[in-house]
Amino acid sequence: MPDTATLLKLIFGRLTLESIPLHEPILLATFAVVALGGLALLGALTYFRLWGYLWREWFTTVDHKRIGIMYMVLGIVMLLRGFSDAVMMRLQQAMAFNGSDGYLPAQHYDQIFTAHGVIMIFFVAMPLVTGLMNYVVPLQIGARDVSFPFLNNFSFWMTTAGAVLVMMSLFVGEFARTGWLAYPPLSGIGYSPDAGVDYYIWALQVAGVGTTLSGINLVCTIIKMRAPGMTMMRMPVFTWTSLCTNVLIVATFPVLTAVLALLALDRYVGTNFFTNDFGGNPMMYVNLIWIWGHPEVYILILPAFGIFSEVTSTFSGKRLFGYTSMVYATVVITILSYLVWLHHFFTMGSGASVNSFFGITTMIISIPTGAKIFNWLFTMYRGRIRFELPMMWTLAFMLTFVIGGMTGVLLAVPPADFVLHNSLFLVAHFHNVIIGGVLYGLFAGMIYWWPKAFGFRLEPFWGKLSFWFWVVGFWFAFMPLYILGLMGVTRRMRVFDDPSLQIWFVIAGLGAFMILLGIIFFLVQIGVSIWRREALRETTGDPWNGRTLEWATSSPPPDYNFAFTPVIHDNDAWADMKQRGYERPLEGFKPIHMPRNTGTGIILAGLSTCLGFGLIWYMWWLAALSFVAILATVVAHTFNYNRDFDIPAEEVVRTEDARTRLLAGSGA
Amino acid sequence: MNRLRLVALLPLFALLGGCNFVVLSPAGDVAAQQRYLVIISTALMLLIIVPVMALTILFAWRYRNSNRQARYEPDWDHSTGLELVIWAAPLLIIICLGALTWMGTHLLDPYRPLDRLAAGRSVPEAAKPLEVEVVALDWKWLFIYPEQGIATVNELAAPVDRPIHFRITASSVMNSFYIPALAGQIYAMPAMQTRLHAVINAPGRYQGFSANYSGAGFSGMRFAFLGLSDGDFDGWVAKAKAAGATLDRATYLQLERPSENEPVRRYSGFDPKLFDAILNLCVEPGKMCMSEMMAVDAKGGLGLAGIANTLPLAYDKYTRRGAVFGAEPGYVASVCTIEEAQALTTRAPAASARRQTAPIRGAGLPLPELSPRRPASLSLLLGSARPSNS
Repeated sequence: MPDTATLLKLIFGRLTLESIPLHEPILLATFAVVALGGLALLGALTYFRLWGYLWREWFTTVDHKRIGIMYMVLGIVMLLRGFSDAVMMRLQQAMAFNGSDGYLPAQHYDQIFTAHGVIMIFFVAMPLVTGLMNYVVPLQIGARDVSFPFLNNFSFWMTTAGAVLVMMSLFVGEFARTGWLAYPPLSGIGYSPDAGVDYYIWALQVAGVGTTLSGINLVCTIIKMRAPGMTMMRMPVFTWTSLCTNVLIVATFPVLTAVLALLALDRYVGTNFFTNDFGGNPMMYVNLIWIWGHPEVYILILPAFGIFSEVTSTFSGKRLFGYTSMVYATVVITILSYLVWLHHFFTMGSGASVNSFFGITTMIISIPTGAKIFNWLFTMYRGRIRFELPMMWTLAFMLTFVIGGMTGVLLAVPPADFVLHNSLFLVAHFHNVIIGGVLYGLFAGMIYWWPKAFGFRLEPFWGKLSFWFWVVGFWFAFMPLYILGLMGVTRRMRVFDDPSLQIWFVIAGLGAFMILLGIIFFLVQIGVSIWRREALRETTGDPWNGRTLEWATSSPPPDYNFAFTPVIHDNDAWADMKQRGYERPLEGFKPIHMPRNTGTGIILAGLSTCLGFGLIWYMWWLAALSFVAILATVVAHTFNYNRDFDIPAEEVVRTEDARTRLLAGSGA
Repeated sequence: MNRLRLVALLPLFALLGGCNFVVLSPAGDVAAQQRYLVIISTALMLLIIVPVMALTILFAWRYRNSNRQARYEPDWDHSTGLELVIWAAPLLIIICLGALTWMGTHLLDPYRPLDRLAAGRSVPEAAKPLEVEVVALDWKWLFIYPEQGIATVNELAAPVDRPIHFRITASSVMNSFYIPALAGQIYAMPAMQTRLHAVINAPGRYQGFSANYSGAGFSGMRFAFLGLSDGDFDGWVAKAKAAGATLDRATYLQLERPSENEPVRRYSGFDPKLFDAILNLCVEPGKMCMSEMMAVDAKGGLGLAGIANTLPLAYDKYTRRGAVFGAEPGYVASVCTIEEAQALTTRAPAASARRQTAPIRGAGLPLPELSPRRPASLSLLLGSARPSNS
């Protein structure tokens, strides 16, 4: 009979009671808050009998609009986690002077900056971008749904499963202490033997499945499901940028999957791809991960560019200036983004010619990007600009992003990079483009499309407050980092010896606090708007005098989006329809063929979480069992023939009549 | 609002006066030239950034909804002339910047021997650079001076106005060797060698550190870089000579174990083959050097016998450890002693030949240091050092 230790090891792998961070008061307090909040939420859901509703209407939905909203919820929840990490780092760096060690030991601090990067990129920016694309693209191209509705649901849940694994690492074991790209040999088994890097690998692998599939789905949707008349050069710019982004996803995420799989092989079966000896070469990993990593940056920023195009054109009441050059600029950026990855490690010693090549290709990207900025500029020229919130975010973007772009091109000059690489200047640069570009774009997009998604506007007062705290807070948080970078301060430091630096970290901390208020006010804005939704009700379906097709249908759109598929004659399809006196069809409705909800996606994702957890903690029985269960579920799902249904014509008539009354009411 | 924001920032500008912008006012010629590139590139880009920002504010203000005097042309969306300008203006700037990049990158290639000490002062013909071998350890820096026969931990010194040639590697994980006052950084990578040429122009005590996160003790991985007059440098060397301790392999293996916030240590002597052994991952007795392995492989390898030629690893920096499903952690056993192995393979000549000082010209620039830096593949394999991944 095996002794208890062997048995425990068989069941729990390397998971022991010591893996639970009971000795870390910060984590315990966090856990208490999360647990209490979670219990309150679960209690409320049970009390209000919402479980059935959530399961039927949301968790199992294949409607791209609901999936899009769920992506946004995921992104905002994870933003809170990622931002807490940021605040903790700022606090540590502002404190750790004059012999003080700060309040975080290296073991904890190193996890925080790793988690901050991973979460903000993979589980905040990606879900928010994917969510917006999911919601808006089918509406913009006049489609009923995406090409593969079930796949869409499955993609969302896989992304969520990755996020769940990352969140688990907070309370069970620990996260990686390697930096967000987990460079070997530090992330190899020799130097990171514990479960942290395994959490990193499996969380990204699981989420990566979701991202790749969602990329394939949206590429197919945009190529195959456009309304009649919408040629490629009549697609709205947001759809164009979404297409390019998803092409990038499909082309580069497999690289990430492969490189993480190789790292996993090194860690699990003792191969030597990235080890120091036995012929391994860690720099191979660095090359591969940046071949994914650089296009990833453009995956995030291109949709934001699309949002700015839509917003500028709408709120200037004008056609977008230089539509064609905008499209070509997007495509050029897409292609060039593959040719610049080495600029992330000029200091590897690649030699002058290689470095020059990658430096110059990087600079070339700034040409189409510059053209885009000019196009927005000349869209405003001779317009009638309404300073609603989305337009305010766009202007803040234009004034912030150009600075980030400038420091980016500066870092692309290899000798300049030698003195600024890995410094806080670099940190300031990429926050300048990711916050000033991606995040501002996401805020503009969320506020712009909110009335479409929910049928009421967002209340502007709290939104403006949030806007100003974000924008001013950003400058306070990151200008000091530019300055510190020029003083030769490097990133990821936990303690400092030069006391003259402290004031800058205090200012940066102050900026982070202002951003915190910005986030809080954003949430307050959402809360207040939901509370006062009747007063903010939007009945026309077209609150901003929009120009693209999503504004042609009701807010929120019916399940089927459009009762009749529209026919397109112009790239500002809705503006064109309005100009030509478009009349909504009021009769002749037919039954509409729709996909049916399924729980398979959430089940598969749940099993994948178990698989990941089993692999992370060496619980082989759990991993094997989950893997078999995944296969079984997939096979079983192929026998599910009950996948579609028709919305009866009477129901379409009822929905459309309701809208007719609503429009008559608002018109009166 | 923007004006208000500027006013709010004014006290910060006062703060700036008290800062040490080492990147913008370095004491070494290489860093100074890199600083120029930073400034010139920024100025070039401001040529376009400033007008764009001004136009953004101007257009946003001028074409605001309430200003009914401004022209409104909702269908104006194309102008060939304007589009030409839109694409050409950034293009022109990038052409200038690209040319600057190409020249600057070649001139300031860290592998290229220096041809000047400072602006207008070329390197004297007779000058031989100070050789320093740098090893990034967990978490401290080891500096070996072959010429002076000394080694130090966490303190580096060099005479003012004498070119320095660093050969850089790491013992376990990747780091980045960076002294902002002296020259830009370069990675220190295990089993690989990078180089850096630099010179310090003013005496002083400067900060050096790792600029690439390398684990728990990273924050404390700092060292002092001393720019000394010739006399002071000799005194500094004498101080190390007087230390008495010798850095032999056993001492090194002890030193290499992870430790944080190490004090300065000095060694009056060292194993002459130590740096090459570190670079080839064979400081431990009985381990096959990478150079030996590559030489063996180049001659066809050890065949099937080679598979069995491994020994279990007893110590792997932290502990003995391997992948969960992998074979027992091991290493390739040496088939001869390190000295024999190194005698077999000749060391590539140090790149001491100075480059032509003629100014770099237009297209088809001569590649710097073709022969010593990029030996033919055979000599590369037979060379004692594993090639840096250049």
